This record gives sequence, C-alpha cells and structure tokens, in this order.
Amino acid sequence: MTDLVDRQKLSYIAAQAADARLNVELETEGMTLNIGPQHPATHGTLRIIVRLDGEQVIWAEPGAGYMHRGYEKLTEVRTFPQVTALVNRIDWLGSFANEVPFILAAEKLMEVEAPPRAQWIRTILFELSRIANVSLFLGDLGVQLGAITPVFMAFRDREYVLNLIESATGGRFHPNFDRIGGLKEDLPAGWITETKQVMKKLRNFCDEIENLLFGNEIFQSRLRGIGVIPAEVAKQYGLSGANLRASGVDWDLRRDQKIALAYDKVDFKVWTHPDGDSFARCWIRLQETREATKIVDQLLDGIPSGSVMAKVPRIIKVPEGEAWVSTENPLGEMGYYVVSKGDLGPFRVKIRSASFNNISIVPWVLRGVYVPDVISILASLYFILGDIDR
Amino acid sequence: MTSLAIFGADLPYWAQSLLRVLGGAVAVLLPAGTIVYLFLFKMMSFMQSRLGPMEAGPYGSMQLFAEVGKWLQKEDISPTRADKRVFRAAPLVVLMSTFLLVAVVPFGPDAYFTDFDAGVFYMLAVSSISTLGILMAGWSSANKYSLLGGLRAAGQLIAYELPMVLSVIGVVIQAGTMNLQQIVVKQNSDEIFGWNGIGFPYILTQGIGFLIFMIAVQAELTQTPFDMPIAESELVSGYMTEYSGFRFLIFFIAEFATAGVFALIASILFLGGWGVPFSWFGWAPAGSHEIDNWMNVGGPLIMLTKMMVLTGIIMWVRFSYPRFREDQLQRFAWKVLIPVSLVNIMITAVLKVAF
Amino acid sequence: MQKPRIPGLLKGLGVTFGTMAQTLKPKKLGGGAATVQYPREKETPTVRARGVIALREDNCTSCMLCARSCPDWCIYIEGHKELAPPRRAGGAPRKVNKLDRFDIDYALCMYCGICVDVCPFDALFWSPEYEYSEPKIADLLHDKTKLGEWMETVPEAPELEAGAEKKKGK
Repeated sequence: MTDLVDRQKLSYIAAQAADARLNVELETEGMTLNIGPQHPATHGTLRIIVRLDGEQVIWAEPGAGYMHRGYEKLTEVRTFPQVTALVNRIDWLGSFANEVPFILAAEKLMEVEAPPRAQWIRTILFELSRIANVSLFLGDLGVQLGAITPVFMAFRDREYVLNLIESATGGRFHPNFDRIGGLKEDLPAGWITETKQVMKKLRNFCDEIENLLFGNEIFQSRLRGIGVIPAEVAKQYGLSGANLRASGVDWDLRRDQKIALAYDKVDFKVWTHPDGDSFARCWIRLQETREATKIVDQLLDGIPSGSVMAKVPRIIKVPEGEAWVSTENPLGEMGYYVVSKGDLGPFRVKIRSASFNNISIVPWVLRGVYVPDVISILASLYFILGDIDR
Repeated sequence: MTSLAIFGADLPYWAQSLLRVLGGAVAVLLPAGTIVYLFLFKMMSFMQSRLGPMEAGPYGSMQLFAEVGKWLQKEDISPTRADKRVFRAAPLVVLMSTFLLVAVVPFGPDAYFTDFDAGVFYMLAVSSISTLGILMAGWSSANKYSLLGGLRAAGQLIAYELPMVLSVIGVVIQAGTMNLQQIVVKQNSDEIFGWNGIGFPYILTQGIGFLIFMIAVQAELTQTPFDMPIAESELVSGYMTEYSGFRFLIFFIAEFATAGVFALIASILFLGGWGVPFSWFGWAPAGSHEIDNWMNVGGPLIMLTKMMVLTGIIMWVRFSYPRFREDQLQRFAWKVLIPVSLVNIMITAVLKVAF
Repeated sequence: MQKPRIPGLLKGLGVTFGTMAQTLKPKKLGGGAATVQYPREKETPTVRARGVIALREDNCTSCMLCARSCPDWCIYIEGHKELAPPRRAGGAPRKVNKLDRFDIDYALCMYCGICVDVCPFDALFWSPEYEYSEPKIADLLHDKTKLGEWMETVPEAPELEAGAEKKKGK
C-alpha cells in the first residue's frame, strides 16, 4: 500500500519537474476548470475548482455551500417532532438513518429508552435505508465511469426497498417514523415475509453488479491504485464509514459502541480492505450492502413482541442538558450534539454529517491525478450533497 | 457494366448523380434510423429492464420522428465567444465523412455508387475526416470541456486509425486487391478446402484482424468503452457540449450512420459482403446476369442483416462497459493492438507466400 | 484450485443479455419490464402511503394544533364560535367552534404527517391518493370541501404484524 502512495507521489514529483522544465522553455500556464456547481458528476451542486496542467490536476479545492439549507439554525426554532421531519432531508437517500441518532440523543436527554421491539424495528429500517442508499451508489458508480446500465438496475432493485419502507412508515424518501420513546406505529402484517423476499432480490442485485462492474477488467483498471488514501491520512482527515474501512482501519460504530439499537443481537462482519484505493472503497460498499441484507434477515427472525412506544408525555419537553449520539450511517459517522434548555424544541443542534468530513480530503487526494480520475475518485468517496451542505 | 444498371436504362449523367445522391442519403439515413430505434431506444431499454419509448406510434416506432421534430424546432445557439463559422461547419464536416464513406460500399454486383481500385485506401482516408470535424467542434466552442473533449478525440482517433489500417492490410494481402468489390467477389468465389458451400469469408483466416478492426471501429465511433471524448459524466458532453438543435442532430445522425457504415465495411472485408452465405445456389464469377440481377436485390438485404448484427454487438458492448481512461486507451492501442496487428500481417504474408 | 475464470468483460455482456431476455419474456412466465406504463397501468400505493391529507370536518374543533405543529405552516384555519342546540332538552345551549376555512397548501406541505399525528379529535387522515397535480401552483391549495372529498379514499388501517401490541381504544 505504501509503495503505491510513494509511486503516486514520485510520479507527481517527476511530472512537476518535467513540467517546470517545460514551463521555463514554453511559459505554459495552467487552466482552471470548474467541475460544478452544475456538473453531472457532482450529485447536485458541489463545486470543485481544479487547476489543470494538461489533464493533470495540480491543485483542487471543493467549494461547498451551494445548497446550504440552514438546518442547524432551523432546529433552534422548531419543536422536536418538527426537527425529526427536517433532519430526514439531510442525507436524502438514507433518510431514516438520519432520524435515529437525533432521536437517540433526545431520548438520552429524556432518560427514556425505546422498548426492545421498537429498537429492533429501528435497526431493521436503519439497515434498509443503508441498502437504499448504497445500492444507488453501486449503480451511480457505473454512470460516473461511463457504464449506463448499472444505474437502472440499481433503481429497479432499490424500488423494492423503498416500497418496504413506504409500506411500513408511509414515506418513501422521508419516513419521519421515529418518535421520542419509540416508533409511530407497528409494522403492517405480512411485512416480514415480504422483506425476506426483497433481501433475496438484493443479494441477487449485488451479484449482478459484481458481474457487470466489479469483475470488469476495464472497471478495475480504472479504479485500482487510484486515489490511494493511507490509514493515517484517512484518520487525520476524519474520514468515516466505508472510506475509512477501505483504508484498512477496522472501525465501525455499529459494532464498537453500545447504543440503544439491536446491533449487539446479530453477528455481522465488518469488512475492511488494505489498499485504500478507489476500488477498495467501492468494494467495501458492495460487501456492506450484502452484509446489511444478512443483518436484516437475522433481525427479522427475532423481533421481540410488545409495544413500540415507551411511556412519554403527549407534549414533549426535553429536560435541560446536552447529549451527543452518533451512529454508523450509510455514508459514515453521523452524529447530533443536542443542547436543550427544557423547551419544546432544542436550544442548539450541531450536526456532524459524514460527507462533509469525507470530502475534506479532496484537495489531498486529487493532487496529481488526471481529470477522469477526479470523477472516479469523487464517485468512490461517495457524498450526498445534502449531507455536505445541510 | 455500369453502376446502377438495375435501373435498366442508360441515364444521363445528371440523373445518375441525382440517383446516387438519393441512394447515398437512403444508405446513410435508413441504417442510422434503424440503429437508433432498434438498439438505442429498444435494446438498451430492454437491457435496463424497461420498455423504452412506447407512446409515439406502435411500440414507439415513430419516436425518432418526434425526436427529429423536436430538435428541428430548437434554437440554433452558438456561444458568444465561439468561432462562429468553424462552429457551424463542424457537424457538417463530420456528416460529410459518413457520406463519403458510404460511396465506396458495394451493396450488390451492380448496386454500388463508385467502383475504384483504391477503395480500401480511400475508405481509411475518408473515415479520418470526422476527426477534423470533431477537433473543429472542440476548438471553436470556446468551452473548456469541449476543448478537452476535442483534444482527447483527436488523440484517440489517430491512435486507433493505425490498428484499423493494419488489420485491414491482412485482408488486402489475402485478397490481393484493394478494390472492395473485388474483395467481396474473391470471398465468394474462393472455397474452403475444395468445398464452396459458403464461399470463403476472411473472418476464418483473419479472425484476429476482425477483432482488432471491430475494437478500432468501437474507438473510432467513440462508443463506450472508448467514449473519452464525449464522457458525459466528466466532460459533460465533450465536443458536443455547446451544440443544440439542428447541429446536435447532425452529430447524432453522423454518430449512428457511421456506426452503420463501419459495420457494412467490416462485413465486406471479413464476412463476405453481399454474397456469403448464398453462393450455394450456384455462384458464378461476377458477370453472369441472371444471378447478378437477383443479387442486386438480395445483396443489400444480406448487407443490412450483417450490419444489424455487427452494430448490435457494438451497441451491446456500449451498454455494458464502463469507459477507459485516456492514457489506458492510448496504451491499449499502441502496446496491444498495433503489435498484434503487425504480427497478424506478418503471418498472413508468410502464409500467402507459402500457399 | 479455483474454477477457470470467465473474463469479467464477457460476464458483463452476459448480465445485460440476461436482463434483456428477462424483459422480453412474456409477463405470464414471470418476465416483463420493471417499469409500468404509467397513465395506462398504475401501481397501487401501500395503505400507509402518505399521499394526501383528508379532513373529516365534523370532528374538527378548529383547535389550531395542526396549524401550529406544521413545520412549514401550510395549514390555514379560521373559525368562529357558534351556539348549538343543547344536548339534553332544557339544558343551556353549547358553544361550538365552527370551521370557516381549512386550507392545506400542498405546494408547501412536506408530507411529514405531524398534523395527522397531533390531531386529538381524529379529524385528519392520510389517504394514499397521489394524482392531484395541477397546472397552476395556486390550485394546489385545497380547501375544506376538497379535503373533505378525499375522505372517501382513506383506507382502513392495516392489520399489524405478529407480536404487535393491540392499540387500546382511540
């Protein structure tokens, strides 16, 4: 792994030296290219300013904020149920996963705990939203690299997951299903058997994507050895989630922290990859999707019976205090630091979203790569714009 | 034997020219339309588990006309800082290359536009005119993405011109002629170890050449996995970014018409053109008139079938693969395709002398 | 030893071809496209789907809870007090809140469902109906008659999964 990085750096230095010699003779100047804010590869309106020398990037900087919606400020003037509806929209592909850490933080302040059945269903929906999120990544990856078919397969099979989420919660994209102390409703009848069938379909989808993309020699040659992030650098930049695990750091909040979710009741493997390159990041996500379907299957078998709502007052006033809860969201670590002054709504909420930290490494990792690799590296880092700008 | 003898009359020169122009337009536009409908609209949709256009006409077969109508209505925008004259001429240059290409394609014993001895040479020369048009489009658009796309296109098309030429040389050596019509006749009248059931399509001996030719064609057409110049996820649309309306339509037609024409040429060079596999009903060397007249009708149909199969493969690959990076693409051309095709030429030459 | 490997390039072609075969297979044999031809065929949304909010006007007391809890304030309520005939003969006339206006602006609504949850008198319901797009954005403001019409489309609440606690009353 280290020699890959060394090679990357050496080739960069060599290229720089060669260019410097050339520049003395020809006085060439670099070109500044704005990738974004409107660009098909930026999943929205992320702007990446790159200075190019030929097709080689000599300097890159992400310019976030084109879609800033001010959620942290909005939370100060909204009540707790309203904030739950809002934070759904941060990472819009895995929206249920956004609610969970916020609700857990609020529950921590209230010193209530959701009943076990609610915790299990939360975990199932959490993993379903992970599948919904990452399966779209697997399809979108193809589009970024020029293959048009995988994205349709991703949309086709993601639809099943969305249907499940809709039939349980009522919302396809924005479930708003969590309440402080539990869940809004119990699952509808027949949901468990349906989910099991869908999980089979999704494992099949993973196989298809593996055959169509990951096994493809062109795909591998595009991603292997590109955008290598060593473990130390990844930690320094605060990467989390699959991006961190792809660098060989065995760190997963689902397993590593004791939290009011049912992850300790199932056994699952946390995948890591020693390479830290773009291929590793994509491959980790593929494996995690598979793992998530297995987690869901295990959880479905053992849902405890009982109520899904703890005893909480109808009008919720969260007592004074501060709480920090973070979970392993589809994109990485997502956490909420909730400060309450005993009102109907929080006094201040700090949102730690995964994508914002994940793209902070962009200037480091893009240095010295070619323009096509900019796209593949950005695709493999996988950010959701709402998760960056909030 | 004059061309267009099927019409059975000695027409004046202007009428012959008119017929040729009309025939050329049909030979370019008909395959292009069929390819777009059959493969781009339908096959791609099926491969992505959807149905594609279904509303315009039965099974959406009139969709193409709707699309053309839409494009014709759109405003013809050219950017303020663009080099207007070059910008407007570029798509026409690309389309011109397609029309010039189809001029040498023989569709039957007498159904051809021109018949001259340097056909292969002409075909290879003319096919690279489109590079010029693409480069013009890239430079004149006053857009950084277009510029990158245009330059990539130039680099790529020149790199893949070479393996294409080299893979064709094998066929030329074997046939001993550069006349495309003669190559077809040769393939039909040769026999496989004394058995002349299906003639002797050169794919049997030039399999490697055929493979290289098809890869080069894929690159020449800038279809995935060689679509770096267009690369819609990186360069937005490369050299086509600034084009709209009518001029984009011309690029679009040129892209798919060229795919069809290259498939025709591949079927002539390697698959026996308009003759194979129907030489079993008594192929006599060109000139015997009863068969000629039949083949003038059947030949184009055979050619069309072969073209559809080959473009189907081109499109199938296009819909399945991700794209190469620019440097990988160049490396593939220079380090794999060209050496292999050189070896192929050498072996062909040795075997030609030996037998 | 591992099995002889098929090149990934060929496998990829196989996947796309397989999907094409699946799409072309007749519907009876379990094939067909994943898409539906929307205006002709329709998918039925799930029972819990949050499509449109229906209003049972009789139950509404214009208490304004829903309007206040709405995160983007898209519910507009106006009402006045009225004297209703007494429940028992000879009693004093009751004061009731009469609803004058109950509008939901679906151009603003984010379909979070807080108003339905918060309503203490069961006046608001979710209906899975989704076809109410309008050419003009102002027409998305549904007044109380239109919201009342949606009541017909409100389905029964689904059965719950095994192991769920039965709801008491309500």
